[in-house]
Amino acid sequence: MFIWSFIITLVVILTYAIFVVYAERKAAAFVQDRLGPVEVGPKGLLQTVADLLKLLQKEDILPTYSDKILFRLAPWLIFTAIFWGFTALPWVPGLIGSNLPSGIFMIFAVVSLDVIGLFMVGWGANNKYALFGAVRSIAQIISYEIPLGLCLLAVVTFTGTLNLQEIAQQQAIDSTFHSYLFGIPGIDVSAWGGIFTWNVIRFPILLPVAVLFFITTLAECNRAPFDIPEAESELVAGFHTEYSGFRFGMLFLSEYAMMLLVAILLVFLFLGAWSSPLPNVAGVHLYDWTSGTTGHWSSYAWSIFWLGLKTVTVVFWQIMLRWTFPRLRVDQLMHLCWKLFLPLSMLLVLASAIWKWFLIF
Amino acid sequence: MAVKHSTYRTNFIIIVGSLLRALFLAWKHFKSAIHRKKVLNIDDPAYFKQAAGVVTTLYPYESIPVPDNGRYRLHNEMEDCIVCDLCAKVCPVDCIAIDPIKSTVEIGKTSDGSTRRIYAATFDIDMAKCCYCGLCTTVCPTESLTMTKAYDYSEFDIRNMVYHFADLSPEESVVKRKEWDEAQLAKQAAKATPAVEVKTESTVAEGEAPAKPKPFIPKAMPPKVAIPIKKTEGDAPAASTEDKTEEAPKPKPYIPKAMPPKVVIPVKKEEPSTTNTESSSTPDETPKPRAVPPKIKIPLPKKKDDEAEKGGTVE
Ligand code: SF4
Ligand code: SF4
Repeated sequence: MFIWSFIITLVVILTYAIFVVYAERKAAAFVQDRLGPVEVGPKGLLQTVADLLKLLQKEDILPTYSDKILFRLAPWLIFTAIFWGFTALPWVPGLIGSNLPSGIFMIFAVVSLDVIGLFMVGWGANNKYALFGAVRSIAQIISYEIPLGLCLLAVVTFTGTLNLQEIAQQQAIDSTFHSYLFGIPGIDVSAWGGIFTWNVIRFPILLPVAVLFFITTLAECNRAPFDIPEAESELVAGFHTEYSGFRFGMLFLSEYAMMLLVAILLVFLFLGAWSSPLPNVAGVHLYDWTSGTTGHWSSYAWSIFWLGLKTVTVVFWQIMLRWTFPRLRVDQLMHLCWKLFLPLSMLLVLASAIWKWFLIF
Repeated sequence: MAVKHSTYRTNFIIIVGSLLRALFLAWKHFKSAIHRKKVLNIDDPAYFKQAAGVVTTLYPYESIPVPDNGRYRLHNEMEDCIVCDLCAKVCPVDCIAIDPIKSTVEIGKTSDGSTRRIYAATFDIDMAKCCYCGLCTTVCPTESLTMTKAYDYSEFDIRNMVYHFADLSPEESVVKRKEWDEAQLAKQAAKATPAVEVKTESTVAEGEAPAKPKPFIPKAMPPKVAIPIKKTEGDAPAASTEDKTEEAPKPKPYIPKAMPPKVVIPVKKEEPSTTNTESSSTPDETPKPRAVPPKIKIPLPKKKDDEAEKGGTVE
């Protein structure tokens, strides 16, 4: 099964990277009243494929005074770390690369290896911009991992498990987990399913947590408005300034893979994972109609559809945010993290723990 | 507190409100991307009334219309060009190169009635140098040189930016040049026999004439342009013209600088007169404005009286 998971992950990441780059360019263009790529393929759909072909043919430049081992190794390390994070993601009910009891914990542990890779990139390239970018990136990622971890803690407090498979299952209708309408003990909506069993709805304290999670993960994947590690206007291209050709492609791919990873995590933790958003209310079995039969291929198809749809929505807002907000200054970034998000996330963990205590008793 | 954190905005409501407003604005633009603004010229009344939408003009497939008086690529209608060289002289960046060859016969009439007597073996405009000042089109007496609406003519090879308007092929130009030289020789020979008095001068001229005209034609053109016209009309000053051609090189150096202002004014005078009544007198007048040669006449002791005024005016 893990072979399937491996293949699916790889294929998903690659196709996703190709089309999200296109989507990003299109969205940027639309926000700015332009058209974006229109030439290659219908509506410019194959633009990224053409770019990729070009990228693969580029000369692979190895700077003379770089640390060759680190320089060569770093992209692999970064990509591996992020790819590793995907192993604990259940794509459909039952299909998971590594069914660890501590899935989320593992994901965030290995994704943190990313930081080491980034530092290898910045140090190995022996370029001041690369080093600046790497230093900024590390400072940012390490800082934002704290509120991010606390956000996860808030979710885990509620779900009582670290296994993503179980977290996903809890939000489906056929679970033993009890859901109450808007987290108010008394009205049991476990049978309704759909949007009412999403974590953010049945436990509304998770709504601000989800927002916080979304923002901190933006910082984790170095995306605007937290893209100071590769701030084009200041640092040429940031930590990957010296990279070209295939190695640059790897770094690029890792970045977009990271984006996908956090988007999927957001969906799993807060937005009902792969279950349908339509509830079974008042005798209309919308949820059942849009979920397929358990164990049947139709349930897999529906799962992939809903998971994909939700993930794409999250990714879309990641993109929209990038083209809406200006980049934060380094000090503003730290201010935001340490003085705002950290206390806020602590409060939220506390609040969710108390709320959960009320739900149980 | 407010002073301490002056660089950070701390009002939560304001911050979140402005962030959401920004996001809403971005979303509005994103949504309106299903519409496209029509490609209109700015003088279209609907230009500012278009609703939101994509503003991109997909250039090679569509373009904003250029007004009819667009001033871009130059075009020379050789049929109308009298190869007067004014445009080449006035051009501030020297991007027009003309190599004229005088014709032994009248080539034809331009559309405004001017007589064409000179071929252009070369008429090259280097659009890569052109600064689109339009001076050349202003001075052109026959309005053969115009600026057109065409603006997309970039080239991969800069040599292709040179536009050739010559009305003679290289072979033809050799023939025409020879014809002209022969005609000149014949004329001088004819003159040499009857007029004894003039002979002393013309013989001097004759000796050099065959050899010289060719080398300095490219450079020496300005003077020649004007004179031949006179010559054909009135045969008397024939001898003088030859002398002029010989001596033409001298005045040239200061022509380029001195010429332009003087050129412009006479052209205006001339145009009405040529087109209208004085068919016979035009030749006399046309040369004057264009004629740089006047200077030539000063060295000449004999013919000075004809053109003393001219020389005076030009210099
Ligand atoms: S437009 Fe100006 S620069 Fe261009 S050829 Fe005419 S005179 Fe020269
Ligand atoms: S000014 Fe006009 S008529 Fe004279 S040479 Fe130039 S294009 Fe021809």
